[in-house]
Amino acid sequence: MRGFKKYLIIEFKLFLREPEAFFFTLIFPLFILLVFGSIYGNQPTPFFGGHGTVDVSVPAYMAIIIGMSGLMNIPMAVATEREKGILKRLRATPIHPRTILLGWVVVYFIVTLAGALLLIIAGKIIYNLRFEGNPISVFLAFTLSTFSFLSLGFVIASVAPTARTANIVGSVVFFPMMFLSGATFPSQIMPESVRRVSDLLPLTYVVKLLQGFWFGGLWEDHLKGIIILLGILIVGVVISAKTFRWE
Amino acid sequence: MAIIKVEKLRKVYGKTIAVDDISFEVKKGEIFGMIGPNGAGKSTTIECIEGLRHLNEGRISVMGLNPLSDGYALRELIGIQLQEANLYSRIKVWEALDLYAALYLKTINYDSLIESLGLTDKRDSYVGKLSGGQKQRLFIALALINNPEVVFLDELTTGLDPQARRVMWKLVRDIQSQGKTVFLTTHYMEEAEQLCNRVAIIDYGRIIAIDSPENLVRNLGIDSRIIFTVKESSIIEQLKKIKGVNRVEQRDERMIVYGQSEELVGEVVNILIKNKVYFRNLRTEQPTLDDVFLNLTGREIRD
Repeated sequence: MRGFKKYLIIEFKLFLREPEAFFFTLIFPLFILLVFGSIYGNQPTPFFGGHGTVDVSVPAYMAIIIGMSGLMNIPMAVATEREKGILKRLRATPIHPRTILLGWVVVYFIVTLAGALLLIIAGKIIYNLRFEGNPISVFLAFTLSTFSFLSLGFVIASVAPTARTANIVGSVVFFPMMFLSGATFPSQIMPESVRRVSDLLPLTYVVKLLQGFWFGGLWEDHLKGIIILLGILIVGVVISAKTFRWE
Repeated sequence: MAIIKVEKLRKVYGKTIAVDDISFEVKKGEIFGMIGPNGAGKSTTIECIEGLRHLNEGRISVMGLNPLSDGYALRELIGIQLQEANLYSRIKVWEALDLYAALYLKTINYDSLIESLGLTDKRDSYVGKLSGGQKQRLFIALALINNPEVVFLDELTTGLDPQARRVMWKLVRDIQSQGKTVFLTTHYMEEAEQLCNRVAIIDYGRIIAIDSPENLVRNLGIDSRIIFTVKESSIIEQLKKIKGVNRVEQRDERMIVYGQSEELVGEVVNILIKNKVYFRNLRTEQPTLDDVFLNLTGREIRD
């Protein structure tokens, strides 16, 4: 793993110099929290089982960041570096592909985590965010979900011939999930038919998992979601390892 | 001593035969050029040697290593500039060198490279803001960061203006003077004549000639021309008698002597002076590698 540290630092710098990715992962979720927070406040309401809007929204918006990182940022970053010949140039050095892949995973995991922490901090300071769960469980669920979606992103990047198609495929997969998974609008307001569609979307399980653990849910109550996300992770890793292309 | 050996290399993409049964050797310390039109198979060959492509048939050895099975070990020892590759546009020049330096076991100080390649002013610039020539110089720096034994340059000067091209030529000669071997491809015949100790001319995936540029041109059997301006035409008969002269033409005041001897210029000038013939604007036109290519293939090289 020679050069891993330098590679990681460069990928971080590049992320920070890329205004679009920076905005959508770190600023945009904060922005919608402020919009909905200022409309609904964070008073406990029976509609959310005694929780406030912000209490329910913070874990849900974390799911948005996870989806965005995996389905928008990773395909774009990977496909762009491939299309521009950046990977090809790297390949002309003794670097190993796992250094590159692991570099992306670490960078986008940390970025996703940073986005989540920003939401928590803002929620706490502005809306007195309540937390009733076990932080370790939430962190583990967050980690599983993120890795699972990052692996989906690598699959999209491998399948898409160009950066443009990677972006389009990522959007086509991400945006319906963003709106139908309960990440943006609570599933409580969705009609039964929509909820049935929503049950087919992987991001729905991320929302359920994070919200569940946020309010002290137990692992055994979320086995279905965990198995689905774990399955996506394994299949995603296998496919992306097999289909990784330098150019 | 051969530092690169290619034996019966064959590479096929689908139904297209990119490289068809080529064999050659590159000697240690030389600048070896592979020249030919776009699409002739130059990049495919160089990328097979670098271990970046699988080959269908044949054997390649670089410093005794197999580019595919010993790829990681080989890439520690060679420097590569690729034709179709890039860097992140928002990476700074020093960051790119710093990153690439970290990928090798053995490296040289990148600040000395920045200086010797004339990139000192651009040290903190984003790669995306560099001019074509500056970018190519950075790519050379990256190819030299591990102090390689062999440097591969694929179409280094394509798209550069003549001045930037000349700067590149000097840099390539500098690389050779450090004792390194250079393998380059180009479709500029002039570049190959200026730089290469030996060239392989490749067309439609086959090597059609391989030798030093001088030998290729000499063996062509095409006349050199000596052209000068002269007032009197009485000298023409004497010029025709010079050994090696095939033909003498006169158009108004311009005299053109066609011939193939090594001493041609000396002889012509001698006769002119001996007979006190006043002449001016004397120049010679030698056949070039372009003529070699034209002669071998029956067509001009496509740019």
